[in-house]
Amino acid sequence: MKAYLKFLYRCFKRSFVGGWKYHLWLGFLFVIALVGLNAYCRQYVYGLGTTGMTDQVSWGVYIANFTFLVGVAASAVMLVIPVYIYKREELHHLVIFGELLAVAAIIMCLLFIVVDLGRPDQMHHMMLRFHFPVSILTWDVIALNGYLLLNLHIPGYLIYCAYNKRKPHKNFVIPFVFIAIAWAISIHTVTAFLYSGLGARPFWNSAVIAPRFLASAFAAGPALLIITLQMIRHFTHWRVERQALLTLRSIVTVAMFINMFLLGCEWFTEFYTDSTHVASAKYLYLGLDGKSALVPWIRTSFALNMIALMLLVLPISRRRLRVLNIACIMLFIGIWIEKGMGLIIPGFIPTPLGEIVEYTPTLNETLISLGIWACGILIYTILVRITVPVLSGRLTKDAESFDGGRLDFAKEEDLTAINYQ
Amino acid sequence: MNQNTKQNQESSSNTPASVGGCSGGSCGDKPTRRSFLRTSAVAAGGLAAAMAALKPLMELESEDRPTVEKFLQKHYKEMDGDEMQTALTRISKEVEKRFDQRPDIRDIKPMDGVEFVYALNLTRCIGCRKCVHACVAENNQSRSPEIQYIRVLEMPRGTTNVEKGNHHYDHPTVPSDDHYYMPVQCHQCANPPCVKVCPVEATWQEADGITVIDYDWCIGCRYCEAACPYWARRFNFTKPKLPKKDLNPKMSYLSNRPRPKGVVEKCTFCLHRTREGKMPACLEVCPTGARKFGNVLDPESEVSQILKNNRVFVLKEEVGTLPRFFYYFDERYPASDEAKADKTA
Repeated sequence: MKAYLKFLYRCFKRSFVGGWKYHLWLGFLFVIALVGLNAYCRQYVYGLGTTGMTDQVSWGVYIANFTFLVGVAASAVMLVIPVYIYKREELHHLVIFGELLAVAAIIMCLLFIVVDLGRPDQMHHMMLRFHFPVSILTWDVIALNGYLLLNLHIPGYLIYCAYNKRKPHKNFVIPFVFIAIAWAISIHTVTAFLYSGLGARPFWNSAVIAPRFLASAFAAGPALLIITLQMIRHFTHWRVERQALLTLRSIVTVAMFINMFLLGCEWFTEFYTDSTHVASAKYLYLGLDGKSALVPWIRTSFALNMIALMLLVLPISRRRLRVLNIACIMLFIGIWIEKGMGLIIPGFIPTPLGEIVEYTPTLNETLISLGIWACGILIYTILVRITVPVLSGRLTKDAESFDGGRLDFAKEEDLTAINYQ
Repeated sequence: MNQNTKQNQESSSNTPASVGGCSGGSCGDKPTRRSFLRTSAVAAGGLAAAMAALKPLMELESEDRPTVEKFLQKHYKEMDGDEMQTALTRISKEVEKRFDQRPDIRDIKPMDGVEFVYALNLTRCIGCRKCVHACVAENNQSRSPEIQYIRVLEMPRGTTNVEKGNHHYDHPTVPSDDHYYMPVQCHQCANPPCVKVCPVEATWQEADGITVIDYDWCIGCRYCEAACPYWARRFNFTKPKLPKKDLNPKMSYLSNRPRPKGVVEKCTFCLHRTREGKMPACLEVCPTGARKFGNVLDPESEVSQILKNNRVFVLKEEVGTLPRFFYYFDERYPASDEAKADKTA
C-alpha cells in the first residue's frame, strides 16, 4: 500500500516534469479548464438559462459532445481487437494509449452529463433510487462507469507492473481485456438506445442509430488515435511504427464506408418515404419553414467526410503520413459535427407539437464545453507523460532517472516495449 | 523560507530510500531548491486562479444553497407521516420567507376507486386561452419567463397534423374563420414514456392515473422532456419568478408548491383541487364548456358518458401512450347504434 502511494506520488511529480513547451501546453490547458470552471459556476448560480437551451430544444452541445465522446471512448477497442484477436503485433505496445484515451474520453463524458443537470446537488438520488432496468439512462451510468473502471484497471496494472519490474500476470489482464471489448460495444449501443427508444422523436426512433453510432465511432476514434500517436511519436521517445498507423488507417477507412452506407440508408428511408417523419431530416439537410441554422454545418461535415474518405482511399495517404494526418483531422471534425449537433438538435426540431424553434449555444455554454475538452486533453497529456517513462523503464521503483527537461525532443530508438503477456 | 528548509530535509531523508538512484537524490539536490521555489510559485498562482474561477458561487442565494436537511430528505414514496410533515414544515417556512405569507400546504393522496380522465370538446373550443392563464395563476408557475402547461394550437380546417398548427396566433378576437382550436396539455398517459425514462424515479403514475413529479427528487436531466410526445413538460431554466401578490397559498407537495430552479414540472390535473372533489382551474374558467373532467370508473360520470356516446379521438394514438386526455366532437353516435351496442354488451 505504502509502495503504491509512493508510486502515485512519483507519477504525480513526474507529470510536472518537462520542457518549456510541455509546461506551456499544460498551462494553456489549465487556463482554459479554469475559464470553463468559471463559466460553470455562473451556470450553477443562474441555472441552465445561461445556455441556449429551451423547452423546445431541451438538450444542446453538452449532450452532443457527450454522445460523440462515448464513441471516442468505445473506439479504444479498435486497437484491442486487432492485437488480442488478430494478433497484429505492430499495435501491441500502442494499445495502452488507446485505453488511456478511453479514460480521458469517459471522464469528459461524465463531466458533460454533470454540467447538463439542473440539480447536480441531487445527483446522489441516482444511488438511492436507481431506476434500473427500466430507464436506459441507468444502463448508461453502469456502462460508462464500468468502462472507466476497466480502462483504469488494465493500463494501471500494466504500468504498475512495469514500475515494479514485474511481469504482469496474465489472469489480471486477459480476462479484463475481453470483458472490455464487449463492454466497449455496449457503451455505445446503450448510448444509442437513449435516443432510439423514444417514440416521441421520429428522427431518433430508428434501428439504424446504434449501428451507425458504432460505425462513426470506429472511424472518428481511430482517426483521433492516429493523430495522438503521431503526437506521441513526435514529442516522446516512444516507438510508433508506420505499419501501426497504416493498420489504423484501414480500420478508419472501412468504418467510414460503413458509416456512409448507413447514412445513405437513412436518407433513402426518410426522403423516399416522404412521410411527416421527414421533417427533422429536412430541417437538418435543407432547412424547414425558412429556418436552416444547421444546414451549413451538416454540409460542411458532409464535405469534410467525403474529402477525408477520398484521401484515405487514395494511396497517397499510405505513402505520406502528413496526408493521413490531414484526412484524420477532417474526418474527426466531420463526425463531431454530424454526430453531435447533427444528431441531437434536429431530434428536437420540430417539437412534438410541430413548433420550430432553433438552438444556438451561448458563449457561456461554449466556454464550459471548451473547458471540459481542455480538462480531458490535460488528463490525457499527463497520463501519457507518466506512461512513457514507466513503460520504457526510466521510472521504476528503484530508478527515478530524470530525463527531465529534455524529454520532449529526446528520441531514442532502442527502447524496449513492454510485453503484455 | 521555513517551508523551504523543510522540503530540503524531506528530500535528503528520502535519498537513502531510493536505492541506487543516481539522479534521484544527488544530482537533484540543487535543482530541487530552485525548482521548489518555482513550484510553489506556480502552485500558488494556480490555486489563486482556481479560487478566482469559483467566484460566481458567492452570488448563490441562500435558499439555493444545498443544506443537510434537503440532502437527507427521502424520496416521496419512502417518507413516513412524520418525515413528510418535516418536509412540509420546511417548505412552508421557505415559502413564508420568500412570499410573506404562510401557505396551506398538504400532501393530498389519491381517492379510492377514482381514475381521472379529461375530455375536450373541439366543437366548442374557441381558442381564447383563458385556460392557459387560469392554469398559470392556480399552479404558481414562474411568471418571468412565463411557464405555461397548456399550449393552444390554431389548426387549419382539414387536418389534425399538429405540424400545421399555429402556436403563436394573435388575433384581436377569436375564433378566427377557417380554423379550429386544439389545446394540448399533459395527457396523463396510462403508458407514460416520461416515467419510463426517468433515471431516479422522480416522476411516477399515481393510483388515480395522474403522473406526478417529486420536485425535491428530480435531478434535472430533462430526459422526460425528450420522451414526451405531447411536449407537456417544462423545465425551470432559471429560478422561477413569482410576484408575492400572485402566490396561490393553497398548495400540495406533488402539484403547485413553488418549484426550485433546475427541475421539471407539468400539469397535474390540479390534483390539489380534484382530489378534494373540485374541478381543475382550466375547466372552471372555460367560457364555452369545452372542458369536461371526471372519474372514468363511475359509469354515470359526464366523462364516461362522453366516451360512450360522442365521437372521440386521442392525439398521436400511434405512439402507444394510452392518454387519459380525449378530444371529442358534439356530434354523437346515432341512437340506434347505441342501442345495438347495448344489446351486444
